[in-house]
Amino acid sequence: MEKVMGLASENGLVIFSKSSCCMCYAVNMLFQGIGVKPVMYDIDQDPEGREMEKALMKLGGAAAAGPVPAVFIGGKFMGSTNEIMSAHLSGQLVQMLKPFHHSMS
Amino acid sequence: MKSSVHIIGYEFELEKYASFSPQTQRRLAQNREAARKSRLRKKAYVQQLETSRLKLVQLEQELVRARQQVSHLIKYTTQPNGAGIGTFEMEYAHWVEEQHKQVAELRRALQAHVGDVELRMLVENGLNHYANLFRMKADAAKADVFYLISGKWRTSVERFFLWIGGFRPSELLNVLLPQLEPLTDQQHAEVCTLRQSCQQVEDALSQGIERLQQTLSQSMALDQSIGGSYRVQMAAAIEKLEGLESFANQADHLRGQTLHHMARILTTRQAARGLLALGEYFERLRALSSLWAARPREPT
Repeated sequence: MEKVMGLASENGLVIFSKSSCCMCYAVNMLFQGIGVKPVMYDIDQDPEGREMEKALMKLGGAAAAGPVPAVFIGGKFMGSTNEIMSAHLSGQLVQMLKPFHHSMS
Repeated sequence: MKSSVHIIGYEFELEKYASFSPQTQRRLAQNREAARKSRLRKKAYVQQLETSRLKLVQLEQELVRARQQVSHLIKYTTQPNGAGIGTFEMEYAHWVEEQHKQVAELRRALQAHVGDVELRMLVENGLNHYANLFRMKADAAKADVFYLISGKWRTSVERFFLWIGGFRPSELLNVLLPQLEPLTDQQHAEVCTLRQSCQQVEDALSQGIERLQQTLSQSMALDQSIGGSYRVQMAAAIEKLEGLESFANQADHLRGQTLHHMARILTTRQAARGLLALGEYFERLRALSSLWAARPREPT
């Protein structure tokens, strides 16, 4: 868990993913489509991947489809695909990302 | 009579027998014994064959029964949460019927200029009805995601427009908007923002599915038939395919959210008009599918 939170606080926008996960890729594409570039961290490439996966499952709760994608904005856990999609359609996502914009979309 | 001839013959044999030497007599006795044993063995063999045949018939019957049980089990228990594809098709047929009723209700209510309270109720019903469809589809995705995203359960023209197992959310907005004018400037801005966000999510999901196709195809193109790597290759591919269920669910989530936000931006009356427009649009697509199937053709 410490590693997860550590990485999350080091970077403004982090998506924990797995190299084989195409939904993680989709979420990454969404962020890039709106003008930000998230840090993609593949937990399956990390020696502590198992523990990280457990920690992410705990954060995601029972409703999550899986441990990844797990999105952190400003060090805070935002949720998975479902939450990010909802936030974007409601306009909240763009607001939250304002400090991290490197280009206007 | 045969028996008297036999007895006469036997007596004749006895007389003949008595004249034979002891060695001959012994040999003859041995022959008789051998023949008797041979008859007994043959009898035992035939009895065995009979028993085996009966056993075989029994086994055949058991096999037929076992096969029936297995096919029964497969038919009724492979979908653990009870929502098999057969169930889904039935439920969807009911859903379409109910949709038809709701569309007629909306038409009547708008023509009769009923109050906002009643319209609000109809709009809520309409949105809930779509939410029910997405719930049904989520269950079906668990049972057979390929069936769901193939759109086999939809009419042909709907299938032509298919995007990840249903209608394209951005297209939905294009269908609705002309029906909703005039919009206030505020509403216009909000709808434009919604349309853009919707398009962006749609594009992201499309790219995700494309990537799934590409990586799956690439991994299948490798010949890993030697040793344990075939199993690893297939296991990785199965894991990939399991990701499809997420895409199907997220596509429906996007559809639901788009409808929800449209209803939020619009007035009750506008939302009612929007749902009516949407319902009629799909009815027309279904009608077109039927007409297409029934169109007159050149005899071949």
